[in-house]
Formats: sequence, structure tokens, C-alpha cells
Amino acid sequence: MKELLEFLSFSNPNVRVVTLGTMFIGMSAAMVGSFAFLRKRSLIGDAIAHAILPGIAIAFMVTQSKNPYYLMFGALLAGWVAILLIEAITKHSKLKADTSIGLVLSVFFGVGILLLTHIQHSGAGNQAGLDQFLFGKAASMTTADLKAYSIVAAFLLIVVSLLFKEFKLLSFNAEFAKISGLPVRSLEFVLSSITVLAIATGIQAVGVVLMAALIITPAAAARSWTENLVTLLLIAGFAGMFSGLVGSYISFTAPNMPTGPWIVMSLSAIAIISLVWAPKRGLWSKLKRQRQNREKILTENILKAAYHLSERRKNLSSIISLEDLQGIREFGEAELKKGLRLLSKRFLILSQNDGFKLTEVGRTEAMRVVRLHRLWEMYLTQRMRLKADHIHPNAETIEHIISPEIEEELIRELGYPDKDPHESPIPYK
Amino acid sequence: MDIRPEKTAIEVHNLTASYNRKPVLWDIDFSLPQGQLIGIVGPNGSGKTTLLRNMMGLMKPDSGYVNLFGKKLDEVREKVSYVPQRETVDWDFPANVMDVVLMGRYRKSNIFKRLSKKDRDIATESLEKVNMLPFANRQISQLSGGQQQRVFIARSLAQQADLYLMDEPFVGVDAATEESILNLLSEMKKEGKTVVIVHHDLQTAYEYFDWIVLLNTRLVASGPKQEVFSTELLQEAYGGRLTVLSRIGDLMAKQDFPMRESEFKEKEGPGDERAS
Repeated sequence: MKELLEFLSFSNPNVRVVTLGTMFIGMSAAMVGSFAFLRKRSLIGDAIAHAILPGIAIAFMVTQSKNPYYLMFGALLAGWVAILLIEAITKHSKLKADTSIGLVLSVFFGVGILLLTHIQHSGAGNQAGLDQFLFGKAASMTTADLKAYSIVAAFLLIVVSLLFKEFKLLSFNAEFAKISGLPVRSLEFVLSSITVLAIATGIQAVGVVLMAALIITPAAAARSWTENLVTLLLIAGFAGMFSGLVGSYISFTAPNMPTGPWIVMSLSAIAIISLVWAPKRGLWSKLKRQRQNREKILTENILKAAYHLSERRKNLSSIISLEDLQGIREFGEAELKKGLRLLSKRFLILSQNDGFKLTEVGRTEAMRVVRLHRLWEMYLTQRMRLKADHIHPNAETIEHIISPEIEEELIRELGYPDKDPHESPIPYK
Repeated sequence: MDIRPEKTAIEVHNLTASYNRKPVLWDIDFSLPQGQLIGIVGPNGSGKTTLLRNMMGLMKPDSGYVNLFGKKLDEVREKVSYVPQRETVDWDFPANVMDVVLMGRYRKSNIFKRLSKKDRDIATESLEKVNMLPFANRQISQLSGGQQQRVFIARSLAQQADLYLMDEPFVGVDAATEESILNLLSEMKKEGKTVVIVHHDLQTAYEYFDWIVLLNTRLVASGPKQEVFSTELLQEAYGGRLTVLSRIGDLMAKQDFPMRESEFKEKEGPGDERAS
């Protein structure tokens, strides 16, 4: 607790620089990454991150300084050459986009490593510490770096907010942007440039290898929570900033822990939580929906069996034992118990000494299911011209999903039939 | 058969286009009238969409050109609108119906700017015209196929063009959408708009359109529907490919052969004064 307070008070200037720096990096990467994600170009982030390595190395060799602006300029040039090359290869050869991305990524990265090794052995290399670009070293961030990062972050924010609607259209339907007379090539150039910029600011802290995670993961997580593009950008941006904060905190409390990997770890945790728990789009709600469907099918099948039995006995309020019910339709024992429990919880059945009986509401509900089954069988024979002995399995499933509106339409279209194709009466209210 | 209209909306001149190096349109040459409903009709793979994409400048032809209202596309871009096939985009995109229709108002002149009240009014009106206003705030991922189609048409209407090109708007839509589009088309015709529709269904083509272009990688006929709808011409368009032609096309793709010899220059360029 004391550590957390000390961390949050930002009294240690070094901690302040690193934390703010990684937060700016996280936000910038998430912001531009959202568009890469929506344009289905997530891989391009990884390619650029690897491809800018030779740019940084050459910038250092030429200027002999670690000035962040020079290095960023080198990175920007290399990133752009890589993007143009990927486009050219895709357009002029038989290779597909994924192959040309992989090709450019590895060749540029290889050249980058080559140059870095050369710098290491040239004497100036030891104090250059350029190897940190590979895996990142947030602790080495200086005040000058922080200033550069904050300028880049502000610049990206301004560009994205000014060109927001154009980027939206470009991501949704680039061809329509073109026929509307928008300068699509220039817009793509701007979008790619700010992506390169965001990546170039990040790799000192996070490293080439992990940078792609900062681009894609926030957007992927944010998409689970919202259907609105502005909200998506905000959530992604905050997720990026938050993971920067968490990463810095962990490396502050556990001094041997690297910041970059912890940023990625906390981002991944956010993404996993989002993919599983987000309402509507999450995995959990999907499983829940499937469970509800199964329960609906089970309970409705029990009601239907009970109705069939009552129909046979010509008595809708007779007591039904479990053996009687099994005689109509076979249920697994545990399943049947679960179904009966669910039904009595909704007051559709009343438990009796040696079985159960349908309540008033239960009877109505049972009639509804039987009606839907028989109506659908009518529809299959009359409108889809299926043979009467082929329709039962289909109707067994469809009866559970027909909504009241569709039921109404069915009845109207079939003209209030009173018997199904097997001559059983269709029960109306 | 190639009948020339009095007032020309689109002139396609000697257009040859290929897809993945394989020629799909051979020397197409025709003109379309203003203020009519025009169907581009032909079997699957006859190059209908390719023709439309060439008209909209989304593809570069190997030879020939397209003039719109006697001018090049870039000079009349704001007068022309396009409705792509709805499968060409991913509808699981974080946007609602109104967002998409407003995209029809994006212009070169309002880059960096916010849309105006007038833009919003125009978009609202466009949604009303396709009976989709009640769905303005609906997420586009929740729409049915027919509703998606109507949203795309509304976006195009919001561009307030004179010439509309639509790619298969009737494919896979419900009865309500079909009726809504047909009503809209007759209204657009009354307002003097020109609408060109790619359509593959012969049954309805005669009913829907005034002017018909029959296409099967080559131009079979272009003219008023009464003239074009003859058994002979329909059979020519739908009676299968020309075997030799498609074998030549395959060969050209395989050999990486150019559509035109490099020193061959056409005498007349796009937008020249030839017509006057």
C-alpha cells in the first residue's frame, strides 16, 4: 500500500518520466491501432515495428546521437519504405498481401540487426545502448524522450480528431471514399505515417518484438464493449494508458521486472477479460445464451409431452407421473429433474405426490408449443411442399424459436388451419 | 444492335478491361440516354460489375474510355453516385445507420470540417425516401440484407447526384425492400435522374427498365427495351460464351500478353471535341 501511494505521488522524478512516457505511448499506439484493426490490417503494425529498426540504426550512424527526433525521422523513413514495398510487391507480383508483409518484415528486421551489431562493435555502440530497441527498456527514458513522446501523442490526437470522419469512411468502405472524390491516397499516407510515428515512439520502451501488441490489443479489447467508433477509440486509448501505468508500477515495486513485457501482459489481461466477459459480444454471454436455449428446449419438450399425455387422457388437469411422461418421450433422468425444477420455479407445473400437474399458465404454454409445432408442420407441407413423413424432425427444432409475430403471420398465411398434416387438432387459445 | 440516344448521359468508347490480366470486356462501345432507368443485363461472369467499376474510375481500362455527361469523371464527380454490392463491406463495423448515410455527405470540400445541419437534414430525408428512418439509430450489424441495401441506397441519395450507378441492388432482398426500391426508382425518373442498374434477372429486367444493355463479355445490344428484348438477342447474350474468345482470353492471361501493342495509339483521347 505504501509503495502504491509512493508510486502514485510521482515524487520520484524517474518514476514520473517512465510512467507518463509509457502512458503516452500506450495511448498513441491504441488510437492509431484502432484504425489498423478496423481496416483488418493488424499485421501491418507488426511489420512496421520490425521494419523501422534499420531506419533507427542508420539515423544513429549518420548523426552519431540518440536524439529522439533524429531517430524518429529515421524510423519514419524506413517505415514508409516498408509500406510502399509491401504495396508494390502485392500489386506487381503474384504474392498475396500476407506473404509480402512477412517478406518485408523479416528482410528489414534482418538488415536492422545487422546494422545494430555493426554499431555495437564500432566502439560507440556501448554507450549507445541501441540493443534496447529489440526488447525495450523503459527505465532508460529521459526527460527529453518524454517531451518528444508527449508532442507525438498530442499531434496524433489532433490529426485523428481532424480527420476522424474521413478515417471512419476509409476503414468502412475505402472505395466509396474514392468515388466521393476524397483524396484516398493522401489519407492513407497520413494514416500510415501516424501509425509509423506511434510505433517509433513506442519501441524504445517496449521493443520491436512486443510493439504490435500495443497497436492491436487495445482495439480488439475495446470492440467487445461498444458499437460506437468514438467510444471504441476512447476505451482503446484508456486501456493503452492504463496498461502503461500498470507496467510502470510493477517494474517500480519489483525492480528486476521489465516494464515493456508487463505493459503487454496487462493489456492482454484486459483483452482476455473483454473477450470473455463483455456483455453481448463476449464469450460468457454467448455461452449463457446457449444454456438458455437448451433450457428452453428442455422445458418446452416436457410441457409438450405432458400435453400429449393429457390429450390422450382427454383430461388437461390430470396428475402426470414421471413414468407416464417417459412413456411419451424419453428424457434423461437428471435432465428431466432439472426441467421440472425450472418449470415449477416459473409456476407452470405443480408438484403432486407421485408426479405433477399443469397449472393454468402451464396449460396455455404447453398449448402454444404444440400449436407452433403443428402450424410449422402445416407450413412445411403446404408452402415448402415437403412430404408429411419428413417434416417432424424439422418442426421439433423450429417450434422453440418461432416468435409471436411470426406465429401470427403463419396463422394468417395458412388461413387458421384446425388440423395438422397428421390430422391432429391445432390447439388455439 | 447499338442504338444511340438523343441526350447522352454515359458514353463508353471502345472499352477493353481485364481482371487479373484476363480480359473480361472486349471493345465495349455504347451510349446511354439521360433521364431513364437503364439495366445492364447479362449472365454471371459477363463483366457487368467490371463495366460499372470502369465507369466509376475504380478500375483502369486497358484501352478506351468512359465519358459522363460529355466530360471526364473527375470533372463531374459530384454529379455521379455509386451503390456498391452490399457484400463488399464488413457490416460488423462500429457505426449506426445514420453514420453510414452521412458518409454520403463527405466531400473534398469538407475535409477537416464537421458536417452541417443541412448535411444532417439531407441524410434524414434520404433515409425517409427508402423507408428506413425508424432505423436511423440502429447498429448496422443488426440489419437484415434488405435493410443494408436500403442504407446503401440512402447513402447514395444523400450525395444528391444526377446519375446513379447501382450494382445488383435487388439481389437477396425482401419484398418490402424491392417495393421500396422500385417506388424510389420511378420517383427518381420523374425528377429527371439517370439510373443505371446492374441486374442479372431477365424475368424482371423488362418490367423494371426503359433501356437495356445486353452484355456477355462483349456488347450484345444496347437500346430501348422493346427493341432489345428479342429472342434472337437474348439467346445471343445468354446462350453461352464465345468459345474462341474465352480461349484467347485465357491464353493472354497465361502468357502475360498486353491488350494493346505498346506503340498502338488511339487517335481520339477522352474528353476531346470529337462529338461536336
